[in-house]
Amino acid sequence: MATVRLSFSPAPVHVRTARLVGVAVARRAGVAEELLDEVRLAIGEACTRAVTLHRQYGLTDLVTVEMSDSDSYTVRVIDHAPIEASVGLAKLPPDELADESLTDDALTTGVGFALLAGFVDDLQVRPVEDGPGTEVRMIWPVARR
Amino acid sequence: MELSLTTRTVAGHTVLEVGGEVDVYTAPRLRERLIELVDAGARDVVVDLERVDFLDSTGLGVLVGALKRLRTAHGTFGLVCAKEPLLKIFRITALDQVFPIFPTVEAATERDGSGSAS
Repeated sequence: MATVRLSFSPAPVHVRTARLVGVAVARRAGVAEELLDEVRLAIGEACTRAVTLHRQYGLTDLVTVEMSDSDSYTVRVIDHAPIEASVGLAKLPPDELADESLTDDALTTGVGFALLAGFVDDLQVRPVEDGPGTEVRMIWPVARR
Repeated sequence: MELSLTTRTVAGHTVLEVGGEVDVYTAPRLRERLIELVDAGARDVVVDLERVDFLDSTGLGVLVGALKRLRTAHGTFGLVCAKEPLLKIFRITALDQVFPIFPTVEAATERDGSGSAS
């Protein structure tokens, strides 16, 4: 089992780096080529969510992305925002998406979760074990090597 | 790839051609440009996504913001997108039911073809 761990300060510019690393490790792990776009998008969404939460709460703590490739390709994105794991993960119905009263942040959060849920078959969102924070765990199958 | 933004006029429509990656880092630039266009008087706006390599929820949020702004200004707003990976993003988020999406700039800028933002 190989693990790659990446930690970055909660700045939007680093999310692209996390996506690039996540896809590179996925390819190396044997994730099917046709899934790589989805891996890229899902890791980006999870990291964007973490960065946005850290900025909302004024946290300078690092966001951590951990990738491992044992029997499958597992990516864990860990933030330290003091919220319940499920908060901000509501999927919005279509008729509310362009609703005037919906804030841009709420819209982006709802759409972000829709993308995560839509692109990741095996998705778990749960509190971190120590201290405040949330872990978004995503798993993709890998080809037998 | 860095974000690129180019504006041109086609059949009375303001067409903003977007290229590269639209994400949490670059989306604010797209938002600023769209606001500038509307503030400068553009009312029939088409955003051409054909050269976009990556689009995330923040980018989608910016596009919805532009749709709302033009709706308020009694304008129209349409998207050009024929790439299946991007179309899948619109379908999964149900935003394909919110935006008029056209396969070509020509289709989006036809007098009666552009979707109303209202």
